[in-house]
Amino acid sequence: MNHLDLLTFARGSALNWALIIFVAGTVLRLFEIFGLSRKPDLARPRIDSPGSGWRTMFTRSIPPQGMLKRDPVTYIGGYAFHLGLFLAIFFFAPHIEFFRSISGLSWRALPSALVDASVVAAIVSLIVLLAHRLNNPVKRMLSTFGDYLAWTVTFLPLLTGYMAYHHLFVEYTLMLALHIFSVELLLVLLPFTKLFHTFSVFVSRWYNGDFFGRKGVAS
Amino acid sequence: MKQKQMMDALPGTVGEGLAQRGVDRREFLKFCTAMTAMLALPPSMAGVMAEAIAKARRQSVIWLSFQECTGCTESITRSHSPTLETLIFDLISLDYHHTLQAASGAAAEHAREQAMKDNDGKYLLIVDGSIPMGNAGYSCIAGISNYDMLVETAKGAVAIVAVGTCATYGGIPKADPNPTGAVSVSDIVKDKPIINVPGCPPIPVVMTGVLAHFLTFGNIPELDALGRPKSFYGETIHDRCYRRPFYDQGKFAETFDDEAARKGWCLFKLGCKGPVTYNACATTKWNEGTSFPIESGHGCIGCSEPNFWDAGPLYKALSMPVSATGSMLGAAAAAGAAAGVAVTWYNRSTKAQAKATHAKVTVQELTREEK
Ligand code: SF4
Repeated sequence: MNHLDLLTFARGSALNWALIIFVAGTVLRLFEIFGLSRKPDLARPRIDSPGSGWRTMFTRSIPPQGMLKRDPVTYIGGYAFHLGLFLAIFFFAPHIEFFRSISGLSWRALPSALVDASVVAAIVSLIVLLAHRLNNPVKRMLSTFGDYLAWTVTFLPLLTGYMAYHHLFVEYTLMLALHIFSVELLLVLLPFTKLFHTFSVFVSRWYNGDFFGRKGVAS
Repeated sequence: MKQKQMMDALPGTVGEGLAQRGVDRREFLKFCTAMTAMLALPPSMAGVMAEAIAKARRQSVIWLSFQECTGCTESITRSHSPTLETLIFDLISLDYHHTLQAASGAAAEHAREQAMKDNDGKYLLIVDGSIPMGNAGYSCIAGISNYDMLVETAKGAVAIVAVGTCATYGGIPKADPNPTGAVSVSDIVKDKPIINVPGCPPIPVVMTGVLAHFLTFGNIPELDALGRPKSFYGETIHDRCYRRPFYDQGKFAETFDDEAARKGWCLFKLGCKGPVTYNACATTKWNEGTSFPIESGHGCIGCSEPNFWDAGPLYKALSMPVSATGSMLGAAAAAGAAAGVAVTWYNRSTKAQAKATHAKVTVQELTREEK
């Protein structure tokens, strides 16, 4: 199998299966989470705080007072990584073509150089965050295999994409195939690992905010 | 004086042939300079090459055509005016080529056998077209199957040049479902140096370059992992494409005749396979340097790569899935939903069951365990 054959396989049946598992897995998990259902809370809310859940979705996304100073690596690294990844996935012209071909929707791309810079920011952030995780005793203690797995499968598409774009070390066709394979690995694992926070993060923030609001905790 | 130098060439050599055709040394040197540039050799090699080629005996060449469309021969022989490339081509001794030769039938086969005998171990074998491994009757010449003819002729060849994507990698005959069981030359011949010159068709000057290299150095040029001369196939079309700045800026044509296409913006979205195609079109160009497909407004189809016919639709961007569709994802979502309902039902029934079997204990029922 030569490099082009490998690329054709990566864009063909391998991608089909990865997408099927990703979509089916995501829908399954969403059903599972929303279907759990909670017992109705019969207690009277402590304070009447409408919109507490919605507010929390926002407030939890910005650092609480003083925290940025206390833990700049986590916050700045976290922002840089998430923003860089978001721009790379959704605003690189070839990626938009991918979305267009399966959804029919398309939007304006960012200049490749800008996407490139955001990928570098994301890669550097991920490495710094990993180092921080390993060095900070609390973070290290809280980390499980799942965290390292999530880190790895997120890092690989960024790295391979960067290498493919810059024609680094590996022949381009092969590198492109490897990039697509790494994305497929991410797609397959996403619904079943901590990476599912992609879909659940704001739901759980709303839930926590609402829950705490009812108990009288400020959000 | 220069003319005289050529005239002095030994009988039977390329130099003599050039002199007879009135090609002067200056013209010939110009050709050699172009060739050294093409072959990525230092400019000082032009003189060496001129000398070597002029002294070389006319190289005996046997050209076999198997499952092909004659496009390769067309490409190599169709020059608008007799360029030096064609002259060089004339100056090899093309002893057998069943499209170009006048002889036919037994006489033609006899020419091949004669050339094989006379130049045993020295002739160059050029092949275009793939070889059917299914029924031998799919393609045969003078009752000889392509396979038998290739094996027999390859035996005494000094090297083999596989011309075109069919001979190099199987080409369109090998495309799914490959009804004839087509294979490439290198699938069959394992014990001879093989130079692959793929392309559908290949660029004429690449052929000339390979021949010039062979006549100059008596060996084959440096090849890549797919057997292609690195000097011509070392870079992708995309690397050398004049539309590349637009790709980098994210400026793309959306249709073949929109404003952007006319402004020369990148054809990536229209399915251009330039980024994964190794060939020299963007530098050597076609039709005596006139243009190449991307310059005429059509994306690269990747014709010099193995199995390019089966590498997804020609008009789909490289980053698009080959076959995934929205409806496929819809079906996946439906399956996920069905599984989700089943899991939810299971979870809820487990919960209900736990609730039902939950035995309530009252304070009165609690007894202190005496120690
Ligand atoms: S037209 Fe094709 S080869 Fe040229 S820059 Fe665009 S993608 Fe690359």
